[in-house]
Amino acid sequence: MNKCIERIYNGLVRENPTFVLMLGMCPTLAVTTSAMNGVGMGLATTVVLILSNIMISMLRKVIPDGVRIPAFIVVIASFVTIVELLLKAYIPSLYAALGLYIPLIVVNCIILGRAESYASKNGVIYSAFDGLGMGLGFTFGLTCIGIIRELIGNGTFFGLAVLPESYEPLTIFILAPGAFLVLAFLVAAMNRIKLHGGRDTGAGGNCDELCKNCPNTICKGREVIENGR
Amino acid sequence: MSDNIKVSASPHIRSRMSTSRIMFLVIISLLPATLYGIYQFGYNAALIVAVCIASCVVFEYVYEKLMKLPVTIGDLSAIVTGLLLALNLPPTATWWMACIGCAFSIIIVKMLFGGLGQNFMNPALAGRCFLVICFTARMTNFVYDGISSATPLANIRDGQSVDLMAMFIGRIPGTIGEVSTAALLIGAILLIVTGIIDFRIPCAYIGSFVVFMGLVSPGGWDITYLAAQICGGGLILGAFFMATDYVTSPITKTGRVLFGICCGLLTGVFRVYSSSAEGVSYAIIISNLLVPLIEKITLPKCFGKGGEV
Repeated sequence: MNKCIERIYNGLVRENPTFVLMLGMCPTLAVTTSAMNGVGMGLATTVVLILSNIMISMLRKVIPDGVRIPAFIVVIASFVTIVELLLKAYIPSLYAALGLYIPLIVVNCIILGRAESYASKNGVIYSAFDGLGMGLGFTFGLTCIGIIRELIGNGTFFGLAVLPESYEPLTIFILAPGAFLVLAFLVAAMNRIKLHGGRDTGAGGNCDELCKNCPNTICKGREVIENGR
Repeated sequence: MSDNIKVSASPHIRSRMSTSRIMFLVIISLLPATLYGIYQFGYNAALIVAVCIASCVVFEYVYEKLMKLPVTIGDLSAIVTGLLLALNLPPTATWWMACIGCAFSIIIVKMLFGGLGQNFMNPALAGRCFLVICFTARMTNFVYDGISSATPLANIRDGQSVDLMAMFIGRIPGTIGEVSTAALLIGAILLIVTGIIDFRIPCAYIGSFVVFMGLVSPGGWDITYLAAQICGGGLILGAFFMATDYVTSPITKTGRVLFGICCGLLTGVFRVYSSSAEGVSYAIIISNLLVPLIEKITLPKCFGKGGEV
């Protein structure tokens, strides 16, 4: 059970697909013009992610290694089609808003990435929780970006007008440049928080002086200097 | 004996020109256009200029304090950015628009990329484009003599005739700083005479723009038409004061000519084919993005490393 919670924590925080892994940037930038779109896209992806992780994990011993990618894609595409048809039938407004990006979930690298790096090597339960964690992390990222863009660019919060009438929205934030700006600022904030956390607990424990061999490119030798070594 | 010989590393002779001195001269040379804009558009124009300059300096100071960086407002570059942005705003702009534009220019375009010398595009123009996208209606609301009217550029585009002399002196609607070609040219001559800017960029810019317009635009090689295209809009302001920004223009001489041609062609393309009548700001910031490429292809060969004998 502990490992299941660890999987969710991993997807939400440690390997958040939007802010840390930087996967699935195309839907992240394109559909987050409003908070609702962000939530919808995130949840649709979560559903596909959980189901495809379960299915691929079950089939992992059957699928031959040489054709695993096409096999994964077939599984993912089937689930995406199901989700697409369900959305079209029951939430047509969201379907209209997300449009082309629903079928494009097939090529979202988070889903294929999790299938390849986790589900094809681990058990069904853990894979399901991995999918849930990653999906929630993706939803969290998209919702954050969507809320900020909608608030600044349109003056609303989930469609409700929260800012006074006199506020003139900065339209650029619901256009493409706004997506890049908001994403960059959120990633910067996230890195700032993570760097702080790393310094508090790690105390430079796994940092030797050979900076050029160090995988931690964010630090750029800062830890060596700060630890006085 | 050894006391008489001093060994030191180069450079041995230093120029007295410093960043703050250059920026000071740029401010001086922008003054005629600024004063003309304030004289023509009145109180609100003065307010916009003041707000822009003040907020640029404050934003730079606050950012550097918060990030614990050395404070660099003494080099006057923030004042130049603020002044240029103000000159690019319509006289009807509001103070909070000016503040938002300055925040974008200074914090996002300049400071986040490392401050003066690191910004990849002209901060003032980026701020202007940001505002144009955010507040299109407000940014294109040009008032002259209390009447909201179209700029001469829009008039030429619609095939109407324009008063060339009024355009040269500045009795036309437009942004605060772009209206008076005469006032801008006074400053431009000062900059070229003192050696602050290289004549190559503005010459290549305006030259290639004229050639492009002559060949492609509906007006053709008509002298009045071409002169109106040069005097109208922000071409003079852009060519002399903004395309020549040290940070965002190439270092090499051939590169500068290429850069100017790039700006000129893009301005022409935007003025002829785009939905709006003006395109100087976009032309310059897009050319700014091409600068690393231009420098790469125009880099002179090292001595002894190939090349022709």
